[in-house]
Amino acid sequence: MARAVTTQRKALNTAIAWSIGLLIFFPILWTILTSFKTEAEAIANPPVFLFFDWTLENYAVVQERSNYMRFLTNSVILAGVSTILGILIAVPAAWSMAFVPSKRTKDILLWMLSTKMLPAVGVLYPIYLLCIQLGVLDNRLALIVILMLINLPIIVWMLYTYFREIPGEILEAARMDGASLKDEILYVLTPMAIPGIASTLLLNFILAWNEAFWTLNLTSVNAAPLTAFIASYSSPEGLFFAKLSAASTMAIAPILIMGWFSQKQLVRGLTFGAVK
Amino acid sequence: MGHITLKQVTKSFGEVQVIPPLDLEINDGEFVVFVGPSGCGKSTLLRLIAGLEDVSSGEITIDGRAATEVPPAKRGLAMVFQSYALYPHMTVRKNIAFPLRMAKLDIAEQNKRVEAAAKVLNLTDYLDRRPGQLSGGQRQRVAIGRAIVREPAAFLFDEPLSNLDAALRVNMRLEISELHQTLDTTMIYVTHDQVEAMTMADKIVVLHAGVIEQVGSPLELYHEPRNKFVAGFIGSPKMNFVEGEEAVKLNAKCIGIRPEHIGVSLESGDWKGTVGVSEHLGSDTFLRIKMPGVQEHMTVRVGGEFGARHGDTVYLTPDRSKLHRFDAQGLRIA
Amino acid sequence: MATQHSRSAARIMMAPAVFLLLVWMLVPLCMTLWFSVRSYLPLRGGDQGFVGLENFSRFITSSAFWPAVQTTLIIVGGVLVISIVLGVLLAILLDQPMWGQGVVRILVIAPFFVMPTVTALVWKNMFMDPTNGMFAHLWRFFGADPVVWLTDASVLSIIVIVSWQWLPFATLILLTAIQSLDSEQLEAAEMDGANPVARFFFIALPHLSRAITIVILIQTIFVLAVFAEIFVTTGGAFGTRTLTYLIYQRVLESQNVGLGSAGGVYAIILANIVAIFLMRIVGKNLDN
Repeated sequence: MARAVTTQRKALNTAIAWSIGLLIFFPILWTILTSFKTEAEAIANPPVFLFFDWTLENYAVVQERSNYMRFLTNSVILAGVSTILGILIAVPAAWSMAFVPSKRTKDILLWMLSTKMLPAVGVLYPIYLLCIQLGVLDNRLALIVILMLINLPIIVWMLYTYFREIPGEILEAARMDGASLKDEILYVLTPMAIPGIASTLLLNFILAWNEAFWTLNLTSVNAAPLTAFIASYSSPEGLFFAKLSAASTMAIAPILIMGWFSQKQLVRGLTFGAVK
Repeated sequence: MGHITLKQVTKSFGEVQVIPPLDLEINDGEFVVFVGPSGCGKSTLLRLIAGLEDVSSGEITIDGRAATEVPPAKRGLAMVFQSYALYPHMTVRKNIAFPLRMAKLDIAEQNKRVEAAAKVLNLTDYLDRRPGQLSGGQRQRVAIGRAIVREPAAFLFDEPLSNLDAALRVNMRLEISELHQTLDTTMIYVTHDQVEAMTMADKIVVLHAGVIEQVGSPLELYHEPRNKFVAGFIGSPKMNFVEGEEAVKLNAKCIGIRPEHIGVSLESGDWKGTVGVSEHLGSDTFLRIKMPGVQEHMTVRVGGEFGARHGDTVYLTPDRSKLHRFDAQGLRIA
Repeated sequence: MATQHSRSAARIMMAPAVFLLLVWMLVPLCMTLWFSVRSYLPLRGGDQGFVGLENFSRFITSSAFWPAVQTTLIIVGGVLVISIVLGVLLAILLDQPMWGQGVVRILVIAPFFVMPTVTALVWKNMFMDPTNGMFAHLWRFFGADPVVWLTDASVLSIIVIVSWQWLPFATLILLTAIQSLDSEQLEAAEMDGANPVARFFFIALPHLSRAITIVILIQTIFVLAVFAEIFVTTGGAFGTRTLTYLIYQRVLESQNVGLGSAGGVYAIILANIVAIFLMRIVGKNLDN
């Protein structure tokens, strides 16, 4: 039972927490605000916060100059397809581990986790070389497969922890009711696990969207997603703050919104169920 | 139809044999109850019959057909689970129709059967609700509905009433018995509650550590328990056991007498004891009596009210014709 | 508990995931091991044969190695200290009763969802730029000379940027852990006469220790691999070349694959040492 706190105390908590929260959020807020300024206002000293001429010009310029839509499309395709593919492969695996556990289940889960811990830079050249030899450098399909493999351990883990919360008796009931394995997964398990599958989808979409090692190193033009698009603003374009801000806002806005929805699942997903 | 035979069936989990070789015959239309303390293997036995577990050796036949290798879906049995195992994302209608949908029956036939089952189980008004919106008893009925629509060879019940409160349990007990009368189908029912076993069964199978201790009708078990375990397990309150001098007098290692077969008097009787706790239920009074030479308390049932207080001396007289004698192995001496 | 039938089905259903991850792990790993014992310069003569452990010793003895190790340690250590100390404080703060708790939580979590290249660029240009950055304005306002962050305080800058990214993660996990603390325990301690400070050190902190360990391990693994943040800010210059970045430069920039692969093997070993501890904790959690 929570105890009653004085209003004063609560007000103090609120003030401190909001100040810190806004401070931490400030870089994002500032980026969003700046994206609506002119370049001159963007670098004005002292900085202007809200009282400037709001303009959408930067968005138009960024879109026009750098073909933003192509990068966005790539981001959506890479993150979306790799995540869905990962889930299709992970659902049966997670079903097996959650409902037909064996002595080796734990070892397999931990081994999967260990592949996630492999530093990418350690295998950079082999992957790079394989991509060249297979002719798939700067190729969407190759990146989809790589992003899928990077996130597969997390997907399996998340689904596994969600599935474990579903009582096995229900699946047995389906079996008694004459359901085949396919029916059991399709009509009983999947609908029951929809919230868990949705969270898994969301979090892994975000992780794939933000992945910035392989997408920077294995793409140039055709398959490059938004991470690479932003990196191209490194300099000197980066000094045009308003344009940089517009480009950044476009790259992070969709994911920020999704992220806020998935924050609860974030803990479960990234700690492999060790913190709930 | 619903004749099930188990021949030399065993089950081991790894090194541990939970069911040593076991034979059992379940006749068509019978209501058979597996009863025993928790961990006695009764649920495992049911799951073996269902096909949810493989037998380690032995054979199961259902209506004369070998079923040992047949997957659960193809055995023609229906099961009601302890947790009901309803599909939470489906309405009551869809839950009940699920086995029919799996059997690919046409929609009209599905609807017909669901409506019929709902009528029998008083669920007609709830068909469009989801399991989460139902009470415990209603969920129980949905689980039963899902079982009856497929017209199985036999019903398997796995402790179906253990999640209900006491009053509802009595009701559902009657409903299931009623259902058995109506459908006249074989039912196998697992419980740890001997009252359920006594009140519902045509035939009780008492299990202990995976071994069948006795098979018989409720009254057979009550009057002629084969051994001390069955004698102690069937009947409530438990049978009293007396060892030592009194037993030796009757040529036994141990004698047993049920609480309802002992006369109590404040003046005279065969055995002398001191009253401990007494429980007054109105209709009956249960006395716990400390007796020299008996390790545990004797429990005695007296009809109506009996005015004895803690520490009073009373005299007990067992009904000699209802006395059970057991030998050193715990077997009943006829 | 299951039948033979479902066990064999389970094996089949698990096979694709296991097979893919096995290939994904083994093929590149073996290639890296292979390259690491060869002199392989794709642009300058290609594969020049087996050289034993020469790459391993050359990688360690090169003048860039120890500074890179030092930079890596400072960055990882700095980020861990900042995110855990601030994370614990923030988590406790967010656990207090207040108005708009949900919104504050969202504000605090947000940086974690910003893509690393955006994070790095926004900080580099809009905050750390010596002429027009926010910090430069702030410094001038107080009459100080603006700091040229990414050259003069480069490692600190990287630490700040990466901490900003990972602080939300630490806070969120620690907050979840705090909320799982049984309030009756705290009340019992209060009845036993413990003041708030004592309650923090004797009840809350021990309760958090497991979560803190997990945060340390996970962040270590990810911060060791930080790449984009350095790639778009300093490009590894001004003493910000971490082990990861050094390997990247050897492999892709100077195309000395043998040497880079030897470095890669070191990085894998290092990450595995941390991973073993993490897996122990996770594994224990699986048992119940």
